Amino acid sequence: MNPFDYKRVTTLKDAISAVKPAASVFLAGGTNLIDLMKRGVTAPETLVDINNLPYNKIEKTATGIRIGAMVHNSDASEHPLVTENFPLLSLALKSGASPQLRNMATTGGNMNQRTRCGYFYDTTMPCNKRSPGSGCSAIGGYTRMHAIFGTSEQCIAVHPSDMCVGLAALDATVTISNGKSEKKILFTDYHRLPGTDPSKDNILQKGELITAVDIPFNKLAKNAYYLKIRDRASYAFALVSVAAALDIQNGLIQSARLAMGGVAHKPWRLFEAENMLQGKRPTNDNFLSAANLAMTGAKSFGANQFKLKLAPNAILEALHLAAGKSAS
Amino acid sequence: MGQFFEDPLDRVDGRLKVTGAARYFAEYDLPDMTFAVMATSAITRGKILTIDTKSAERAPGVLDVLTYLNMPSIPGWQSDPSKPAPQAALGGERYRVLGSDQILFNGQPIALVVADSLERAQYAASLIKATYQKASFETDLEKNKDKGQTVRGPRGADYNRGDANAYKTAAVQLEQEYTIPIETHNPMELHGIIASWKGNDSITVYAKTQGVKSTQQSLMNAFKLDQKNVQVFSEFVGGGFGMALRTWPQEILVAAAAKKIGRPVKLVMSRDQMFTMVGYRPFSIQQIKLGSTKEGQLTGLVHEALSQTSSYEDFAEGTVNMSKFMYACDNVATKYRIVPLDIGVPIWMRGPGEATGAFALETAMDEMAYKLNMDPIALRLKNYTETDPERNRPYSSKYVKEAYQLGAEKIGWFKRNPAPRSMKDGEWLVGYGMSSGVFNASRGEANCRAVVKDDGTLLLQSAASDIGPGTGTAMVQIAHEVLGYPVDKISFELGNSTFPPAPSQGGSTTTSTVGSAVHIACSSLKNKIVNLLLEKGGSDYAGKTAADFTFSDGNVRAGNVSVSIASLLKQQNLPALEVTENSKAGPDQQKYSMYSFSIHFAEVRVHPKTGVVRVKRVVTVADSGKIISPKTAASQMIGGVTGGIGMALMEESVIDHRYGRFINNNFADYHVPVSADIPHIDTIFIDKPDPVINPMGAKGMGEIALIGFAAAVGNAVYHATGKRIRELPITPDKLIE
Ligand SMILES: Cc1cc2nc3c(=O)[nH]c(=O)nc-3n(C[C@H](O)[C@H](O)[C@H](O)COP(=O)(O)OP(=O)(O)OC[C@H]3O[C@@H](n4cnc5c(N)ncnc54)[C@H](O)[C@@H]3O)c2cc1C
Ligand code: SF4
Repeated sequence: MNPFDYKRVTTLKDAISAVKPAASVFLAGGTNLIDLMKRGVTAPETLVDINNLPYNKIEKTATGIRIGAMVHNSDASEHPLVTENFPLLSLALKSGASPQLRNMATTGGNMNQRTRCGYFYDTTMPCNKRSPGSGCSAIGGYTRMHAIFGTSEQCIAVHPSDMCVGLAALDATVTISNGKSEKKILFTDYHRLPGTDPSKDNILQKGELITAVDIPFNKLAKNAYYLKIRDRASYAFALVSVAAALDIQNGLIQSARLAMGGVAHKPWRLFEAENMLQGKRPTNDNFLSAANLAMTGAKSFGANQFKLKLAPNAILEALHLAAGKSAS
Repeated sequence: MGQFFEDPLDRVDGRLKVTGAARYFAEYDLPDMTFAVMATSAITRGKILTIDTKSAERAPGVLDVLTYLNMPSIPGWQSDPSKPAPQAALGGERYRVLGSDQILFNGQPIALVVADSLERAQYAASLIKATYQKASFETDLEKNKDKGQTVRGPRGADYNRGDANAYKTAAVQLEQEYTIPIETHNPMELHGIIASWKGNDSITVYAKTQGVKSTQQSLMNAFKLDQKNVQVFSEFVGGGFGMALRTWPQEILVAAAAKKIGRPVKLVMSRDQMFTMVGYRPFSIQQIKLGSTKEGQLTGLVHEALSQTSSYEDFAEGTVNMSKFMYACDNVATKYRIVPLDIGVPIWMRGPGEATGAFALETAMDEMAYKLNMDPIALRLKNYTETDPERNRPYSSKYVKEAYQLGAEKIGWFKRNPAPRSMKDGEWLVGYGMSSGVFNASRGEANCRAVVKDDGTLLLQSAASDIGPGTGTAMVQIAHEVLGYPVDKISFELGNSTFPPAPSQGGSTTTSTVGSAVHIACSSLKNKIVNLLLEKGGSDYAGKTAADFTFSDGNVRAGNVSVSIASLLKQQNLPALEVTENSKAGPDQQKYSMYSFSIHFAEVRVHPKTGVVRVKRVVTVADSGKIISPKTAASQMIGGVTGGIGMALMEESVIDHRYGRFINNNFADYHVPVSADIPHIDTIFIDKPDPVINPMGAKGMGEIALIGFAAAVGNAVYHATGKRIRELPITPDKLIE
């Protein structure tokens, strides 16, 4: 780890000006950033500790709820505004990491956590995301955890967050501030695909801070589920995860939300499958068609081939669980 | 004897451990302490062309940077690295840490930085830049199957009983291959050492070790020191699982650095270094060939194992042993081969080779049972043997039939529908599996000092180790049974090389070996006390003989006269009575084969669509002689089963063979079970004393808790799904339908 400076800020203005220098970064819970520093993946000169910024509340707004960027994942997962209105998000949050980590992790930090691709973490190996132009070691290597959607020849990494899959499914928006003005972006537009520049995980610019995430009220709370398939019962990243939510009225699906984790460089929203389900009955056949439709364009890279089977199975299973089948 | 079960003791060091008062090696802080960090090689094989340490040397707080260019010579290491070291444990046969520019494995240390703080040492280590000339390398056992070598020594010889080809003509035949990946011990506590010299000929170390005497010996050999000038302390160890059974080269390196700079040096390795430098369970490929009559009598058994080692040192273990004696079969052949690869040397891990072998044999037995349409227990009973067919002698004790029965009853084995894929719980497929485990039981040589004091306490000391199973608890229990002292007046001290010698903790021998020494020392104290009373006790004891004395609660009684041992010592003006006794096995043991056995049962749920496996219930039965400390013994079994679930379902260290580097060398990616993976575990003890092994009748219990367990899970997965997974670990991707 490099020697570094540490600054604690309490206002937005100070935060933005402190993070302007090239080698300055925000420090939230530190559960990802500090690991990356220890492994030499990143070597900032200044850590700007933003934990004391005032974005630490969960509030009701006119159209939904607002979760501050500094809210801890554990608090968000248990807040009544979340559990009552968006049980899907609560489930997604609770399926992530461990209680100790969730006590430290923040909304903003979780969104900006980096991939867990093993090659990205090992500075002796080529990796386009860590060291642009050096090559992608994963392709042709150990790909069991890697993406099947939206990959590029430069990078096949996945975004590891569970929370983000929930937020993507729930039509959330992100509020970003540069100290002078704010902009709001659809959550699904926040993370990006690797394309030719895998070094960028999302659209956040230098000198910008995430201040909040907004989730609009919906009618999906009754029939929602977050299914995470992983190598052990807890405390493991998803092989594949599925956020599924249905608004079922009079036996018909009025609207559906589906998003997947562990399959792409960003939370993978399944718009086409959602559209297909709209107006249909919540039957196995319809769910199966949706799952198959969702797999259009999937492509595997060796060891992650099983995801081509696991992903549609998991979608089907998540839809059934959302529709009311009891989980065991 | 025989009281053990009635009076179970809580773990004597439990409070120290949960309050944080137990001190592990890294927690010692010596005056003037310095901190070492290793820089490691980024290539797998080749040589260092240049190594630039200038920036590291100039970095703040740096005291020294050692590389092969300025490494002090280690007096006990032969300078010519192509010659075998006098003792392999000295630092590998053809590998000397920082001994030359040669790189033999990825992650090999290329420099050691010593600085005045850990952070400064870490930073400086990151500044070291090396260039290499790369050579081609091999790290993949599956691509080097043809390079198997025989292991030197009698244990490595091929074994043949009867006709090796007999299975080929059997009515029912089975030939299968089983693969187990590299697994890494990964105890919670990181490995390391603190070395501190006084002058040039006296060293004190605080180490993570499973044997203070073996660490002492390694240091004596490396630096040519007298025993009295080498002190090793290791009172608490945060898990070892085998990886701390030897002194690794980097520990000698730290001692050399401490000598050079004249200050104490502390090294705590990083988690990723735990994958490359302190051993692992080697990757193995095993073939089992079975032949049976239609009635289930085994007529042929062939077990061939191929396992990896390093290019610079042979490592061999008992992978094929179980097949030689577990079942009655006239025709048995085993072969064991190792393949040298460009990777660090393996070391015994959790039930070592026996656990590797038991997975293959016990899975094959299950497969054979299904082929024969026979219950897996019935097949094992059909081939049950009361005498050891390998050595043609009786077992010292074997209650395995009882173990099958107790375990089967507890889990409801005979209530299951044995047909594969016949049982369901909602969408989840339900399966039951069983397996056996066995490990050599033995009694080695150990010494114990026992001191009764006039303050009413009993102190026991032996240079034994406790890597977690609760050695102290068992020893206190034994002393309590023999000398009748209240348990809270007894203390057992270990992990100190100045104590009377005892062997390392490994191979399930501590209770038997050190426990016997405690037993003998306490018995000897008893005699001393009796003699004291007979000689100097006065008229109360006139005409009494040794048989008239009984001991309880710190008192000694003869007839109606009872006196506390503490007041006796005071009366006699003796501050203490002390004995040091040696204990070893008698010649009788050669007449028997001594083994501990375990029989495991697992019930699993498998979700066919997602491939998720949940272990729902476990029953494990141990035939390990008399149980000395029931609580810690049960904990040991729970720990072994947990390790077994890890081995069965998730543990795997992955190497990218293009680079020769581990990809998942951290605790997020290398999965060990978490609490949510572990169901209720019923532990059952046969608890019948072995009449031969030692005065307590206790056989070993450490390894058998894990040996064979992975097969029970795999067999249950087969029963649930109809799918046989022969490559561990059984992860969801292998089961998705
Ligand atoms: C062992 C382990 C297992 C894990 N398992 C899971 C899992 O199963 N599922 C899962 O979802 N996650 C998992 N995680 C990841 C965990 O959720 C993240 O580490 C955590 O959410 C990061 O949040 P943080 O506040 O600690 O971020 P930090 O580490 O402090 O920051 C991460 C990044 O975000 C930036 N940042 C932080 N806040 C803001 C802001 N407001 N605006 C702009 N940039 C910001 C920082 O500059 C930094 O680049 C695991 C982590 C570990 C270590
Ligand atoms: S997949 Fe992406 S993160 Fe992984 S090695 Fe390739 S470029 Fe790097």
